[in-house]
Amino acid sequence: MKKMIAATLALVAVIGGLIAWNHQLTAKQSAASSATKTLVIYNWGDYIDPSLITKFEKQTGYQVDYETFDSNEAMLTKLEQGGTRYDLVIPSEYTVQRLKKAGLLRRLDLSKIPNRKNLDSRLLNQAYDPGNRYSLPYFWGTLGIVYNDQLVKQPIKHWNQLWDKRYRNQVMLLDSARDMLAVALITQGQSVNSQKTSVLKRAEKKLQKLSPNVKAVVADEMKLYLEQGEAAIGVAYSGDAAEMMAANSHLHYVVPSEGSNIWYDSFVIPKAAKNVKAAYAFINFMLEPKNAAQNARYVGYATPNRVAKRYLSKKVTSNRAFYPNAKTMRHLQVYQDLPKRVNQTYNDLFLKFKMFVN
Amino acid sequence: MKKFFSLGRLFLALVFFLMYLPIFYLIYYSFSSGSRMDGFKHFSLVHYQTLFADTRMISIVLNTLIIALLAALISTIIGTSGALAINRAKRSRRQLLVLNNILMVSPDVIIGASFLIFFTFLGVQLGFWSVLLSHIAFCIPIVVLMVLPQVRTMPRSLTDAAYDLGASRWQAFSQVTIPAIAPGIRAGFFMALTYSLDDFAVTFFVTGNGFSTLAVEIYSRARQGIDLEINALSTVMFLVSLVLVFIYSRFSVKGKGAAVK
Amino acid sequence: MTKHNFGRLFFTLPYYLWLLLFVIAPLVLIFYQSFLGLDGHLTVQNYLTYARSATYLKMTLNSVWYAFLITAITLMIAYPLAYLIAQLKRRDFWLALMILPTWINLLLKTYAFIGILSQSGPLNALTKALGLGSHQLLFTDAAFVIVAAYIELPFMVLPIYNAIVGIRPSLINASLDLGASRVQTFWRVIFPLTKGGVEAGIQAVFIPALSLFMITRLIGGNRVITLGTAIEEHFLTTQNWGLGSTIGVVLVVAMLIVMLLTDGANAVKKGGKRG
Repeated sequence: MKKMIAATLALVAVIGGLIAWNHQLTAKQSAASSATKTLVIYNWGDYIDPSLITKFEKQTGYQVDYETFDSNEAMLTKLEQGGTRYDLVIPSEYTVQRLKKAGLLRRLDLSKIPNRKNLDSRLLNQAYDPGNRYSLPYFWGTLGIVYNDQLVKQPIKHWNQLWDKRYRNQVMLLDSARDMLAVALITQGQSVNSQKTSVLKRAEKKLQKLSPNVKAVVADEMKLYLEQGEAAIGVAYSGDAAEMMAANSHLHYVVPSEGSNIWYDSFVIPKAAKNVKAAYAFINFMLEPKNAAQNARYVGYATPNRVAKRYLSKKVTSNRAFYPNAKTMRHLQVYQDLPKRVNQTYNDLFLKFKMFVN
Repeated sequence: MKKFFSLGRLFLALVFFLMYLPIFYLIYYSFSSGSRMDGFKHFSLVHYQTLFADTRMISIVLNTLIIALLAALISTIIGTSGALAINRAKRSRRQLLVLNNILMVSPDVIIGASFLIFFTFLGVQLGFWSVLLSHIAFCIPIVVLMVLPQVRTMPRSLTDAAYDLGASRWQAFSQVTIPAIAPGIRAGFFMALTYSLDDFAVTFFVTGNGFSTLAVEIYSRARQGIDLEINALSTVMFLVSLVLVFIYSRFSVKGKGAAVK
Repeated sequence: MTKHNFGRLFFTLPYYLWLLLFVIAPLVLIFYQSFLGLDGHLTVQNYLTYARSATYLKMTLNSVWYAFLITAITLMIAYPLAYLIAQLKRRDFWLALMILPTWINLLLKTYAFIGILSQSGPLNALTKALGLGSHQLLFTDAAFVIVAAYIELPFMVLPIYNAIVGIRPSLINASLDLGASRVQTFWRVIFPLTKGGVEAGIQAVFIPALSLFMITRLIGGNRVITLGTAIEEHFLTTQNWGLGSTIGVVLVVAMLIVMLLTDGANAVKKGGKRG
């Protein structure tokens, strides 16, 4: 018992030491931590150049708290439940729509964001937020096909090629009901926002025919797999594709010209935000062309900032895989937030597909 | 006899090698100048430099350690008393044990979501305290599970003898019961530490107001690809724990070991 | 006497409080939610959906089967391991070394496994060098079970180790002195005395293994789908907390059955001994 008490006391001392150390580290922060001085940003992990945050803090005197989430839906739950404050959040487009419907977003006063003029007008005013009343794009991208030219002889250009018998056990899919059914729907000439059960069932049948070719259904880790040559082909987002290609020069990314999904991650300000002024200042700061370009270089995704592209290398901005031409752009479709019941159908069908994939 | 022994040694070596294989693999890449765990570029300490300059990350690590140590300590105390209570309960023992194990069978999202609802319902501010309470909560069952077999195998005669010798209840408890179940308590503490350090989903739901832990940070980086700064951090944490384990064994090995052998 | 009970109550109160607030209250909440449909009305639809669907049936069987497999493999490795560690001179040190890897983040370790098991990884390089060719290791049942067993191993080793260390050497010596062979001593003396530890280990591994997720996707490539994965999806992707809770209730029931089975077997044996 004596030993145990000694151990407990030692432990308490260690904890005390850690608390003191942590306190010292954050001391300069807490000095400024009144609500009007801090800005709480809620974003994906590592989805911003940290030196931009430091620059913003120096320029404006605000103190930035950067909190992270790993999925739109988990973040949504946090915003719905409350109990904590966020001043600026960066959800994907269908989540913007859902947040809007739930009445959780503040209408943007665009006059406070003069730098919005730098944005590419083709990427504004989308169906998920007409007139950009609640959101402004942060990054955007597409859904497409990544393939390894060492393992695939002919370049891949169309979705239907995934079904080719030659690629048995070579294709990696995304673990996302919406994205994978979208692929099947596009090959059948349907909208990616189809709601009819019969249409969706037919899409799932088509997907089932793909299963001999399916090697695995994965998520973020697909990057690792394709970089290491574990599979020849993968269905991936353009942002991930850019990273994969940087790591392995044999990889190529294609947006099929018959159509695909276009996605946006956007700035929004929640209704519960405490420091709206700082949020506006931050959005405006990030839309400054030089800052947007620096951020795009760090993150590696396509920037919606038209002017910022001037500061990026030609090699990047002329890459049709990431900044597609006008013709492909016309065939890209944005996801709409679907009614819960339809969403459920998408998921049930995809779960069934995964369950019986072999 | 001798042959059996060397076979045993071989088995031990193999298992330890396998346990440490992924650890060494990720340590190896922490010295790569690249940005991913594949295709070692060339030797570099750049990720360590990034790490030591990253005060946000260091603060997150400290938060994580504070939560883990506190949660493990408190849940060990509560869990031990729980194990003793379950052992004493004659009729309701099985029911208690089932209740005890519910949090272990529930996936983290369910626990996280229901704790979040619970905390917001009570109006608890999300942050350090809500995270600490949740960690204590999901660490308790594993402590109970580790302590309970020790309590069960403790002969009743041991405490009875203490009473016969005129010991008070507290004396019997502190000088007989606790030493007898000490290995279980220690195991419970370490497993609680493991649970707490690794938890992502529950923490994600119940945290807020600027408080974050390492697991939340790492998981939310998955979309962007986890960079080797995390490998460097894990290497540092691994080495520190290794040194601590070594010191600990130096101190504790004295009395034991030889006597039992 | 009353004073004593008071002290005891004071000691165990936090545990019962925990049971009430963090176990029973969430359980009631989950149970209630499992009867909520997508539109928020009370219904038994979720249970019907679960019971009628071949997908969920297969998933349930999968979960139990893989949890069983993982538990069996960890037990087979953990028992001799714990026994051997207990014979070592600095056994506490070696035991601590066994636990140490569990403090490194799981996602990171899993990424390391992806690197090790991949076709361009060290393992395949080894088999190639030995002239055995390269093999598809990832996305196989074997890889999934091995990585899962890797994660769970310390949870099995610890209670068994404690049980072995708790045996008084005099018992073993007595058995040997009375002419029992080493094997007999093991089966008649050592094993029965460590059964409590084995049971604790089985519970500490099997129960969480029922609801494994994440590595089902990362290592198993979603070729293995367990109930944990389904709950994850219902709570996050579809936001159908009702159906997610229903599967949660199923998991709790599955655990209950397993505990009754292990406990029941015990009771019979104990009864036999007494009789």
